[in-house]
Amino acid sequence: MAEKVKNSTVFFNPFSKNNPVVVQILGICSALSVTAKLEPAIVMGLSVIAVLAFSNVIISLIRNTIPTSIRIIVQLVVVAGLVIIVSELLKAYAYDVSLQLSVFIGLIITNCILMGRLEAFAMANRPWPSFLDGVGNGVGYTIILVIVAFFRELLGCGTILGFQVVPDCAYQAGYVNNGLMILPPMALIVVACIIWVHRSLNKDLQEK
Amino acid sequence: MKSLYNLLQRVKPHFQPGGKLSALGSVYEGFESFLFTPSTTAPRSGAVHIHDSHDSKRAMIIVVLALLPCFFFGMYNTGYQHWKAAGAVDFPFWELMAYGFLAVLPRVVLTYVVGLGIEFIAAQIKKEEIQEGFLVTGLLIPMICPIETPLWMLAVATAFAVIFAKEVFGGTGYNIFNVALVARAFLFFAYPAAMSGDKVFVSSGSVCGLGAGVDAVTCATPLGAVATGTPVSDLSAWDAFVGLIPGSFGETSVICILIGAAVLLLSGIGSWRIMLSAVIGTLAMGWIAHTFATDLYPGSMFTAVDHLLYGGLAFAIVFMATDPVTACHTPLGKLIYGFLIGVVAVLIRVYNNGYPEGAMLAVLLLNAFASLIDFCVVRANIARRRARLTSKK
Repeated sequence: MAEKVKNSTVFFNPFSKNNPVVVQILGICSALSVTAKLEPAIVMGLSVIAVLAFSNVIISLIRNTIPTSIRIIVQLVVVAGLVIIVSELLKAYAYDVSLQLSVFIGLIITNCILMGRLEAFAMANRPWPSFLDGVGNGVGYTIILVIVAFFRELLGCGTILGFQVVPDCAYQAGYVNNGLMILPPMALIVVACIIWVHRSLNKDLQEK
Repeated sequence: MKSLYNLLQRVKPHFQPGGKLSALGSVYEGFESFLFTPSTTAPRSGAVHIHDSHDSKRAMIIVVLALLPCFFFGMYNTGYQHWKAAGAVDFPFWELMAYGFLAVLPRVVLTYVVGLGIEFIAAQIKKEEIQEGFLVTGLLIPMICPIETPLWMLAVATAFAVIFAKEVFGGTGYNIFNVALVARAFLFFAYPAAMSGDKVFVSSGSVCGLGAGVDAVTCATPLGAVATGTPVSDLSAWDAFVGLIPGSFGETSVICILIGAAVLLLSGIGSWRIMLSAVIGTLAMGWIAHTFATDLYPGSMFTAVDHLLYGGLAFAIVFMATDPVTACHTPLGKLIYGFLIGVVAVLIRVYNNGYPEGAMLAVLLLNAFASLIDFCVVRANIARRRARLTSKK
């Protein structure tokens, strides 16, 4: 990257202006599948932050020695190694959540956000900005996951992080949890609503 | 009338651009054109050569008229099922009608208030005129739902359907999916307990002193009963044809649906190609399924004709599949579209025991494919004519 970008911009831009999910529309697959409950969504977000930050640093450190023709393979090896570490840690310390997340921790390897950040940023920047970029994008991804999971768990199960928040009297009055919220199609609609609100607030992001 | 017209003219300046209430301009416009013929019409002598009274408002009104037989019969049937569940032996006609009317009235009012409210707001935001597309949808939604659906669920489903199936695609005439069916599909997947099973199809409460107030009537629809493997024996095919069976409010009577179909066909609004090919598709797939009937799939015990008599398939074919916005537009495409609706509806009914109501899902699925079918038909036509052109050279 020719022009010098400030570290704070690198860190904070992915929160909103350049959010990987709602602006770049990356990582939608996992955003749909792990957001039925809040807890797995948070764990998933933390895992992506960790993997993204450290893979960015590692690739940035060895960026000048990677032959261009095999750089994708090298990136994948680094990411896969980190994902396996995260996966094993979850199995050791948070077994229930790792069961809920099942295959999706492994699928972080194929998450478009990771390849995107490694290719677009870590290959061309020094380790510290790369680390900030990784954390920033991971947090941007996590924010969206948490918002989606919050609404899906609240409306679909009447709970937040497993605690019941919809009072019993509401159920007795005839309120019923929305079963569609648990199903993946509704996650797509919730993500779409977030994009809708986000674009309405940020007029400069609106397509002509 | 004259004084109302004068009043409207007097307040008009407030609603025009620059007026105090210009934000509500489309509301005013909607009311004025609803009550009075607009003063600005296409000039007789001018660039416009077509002077037809057939605008979308009139098309909608004819569809509403076509729906009325089903609607009145639904009122009668709601009362009839209630009296029957209460163990009555005689069925007083006017009391049955009044009971059914009072049972359905809040539902119709609710869907119109919610749906039109959202349309009004959307029209103000987009600064467009209010479209009359909700006229039919608002009547269809209560008709295709069980009479015991809680009102708040109906309101949520209507709001969801109008916003996410219609307004985000650009409003009336731009929707990909049939709005009323999206509302029903939303209810079906979000609140399955309120939309299927054996407790929802017979109205149990007493309304304004009418009715016996039986509680927790269990009376499954014939389709639901067959899907769970316990066929209802005391219902004949004639009952199903007339419509005196438990079911969603407006879709039980095949006779009334046929009257509605006749109205739609004579006025040229409904497509005979879609209706005919959908019936053929249903009969063909129903015949195949019945020929290879197994105990594994109780739905396959239905004969081909039974598929048209029970459940909402006949209603869906006449009023949903022919929706001019979401259906195919090419003549051949309409035939393919209708045929596939029949086939898919029977496939879902027979081979998926969890979803006794395949008609809804079949129409929604084919809605998604409608433009693709049209695209292929047009492309095939172009290719055929090009081949003819090159062979002549």
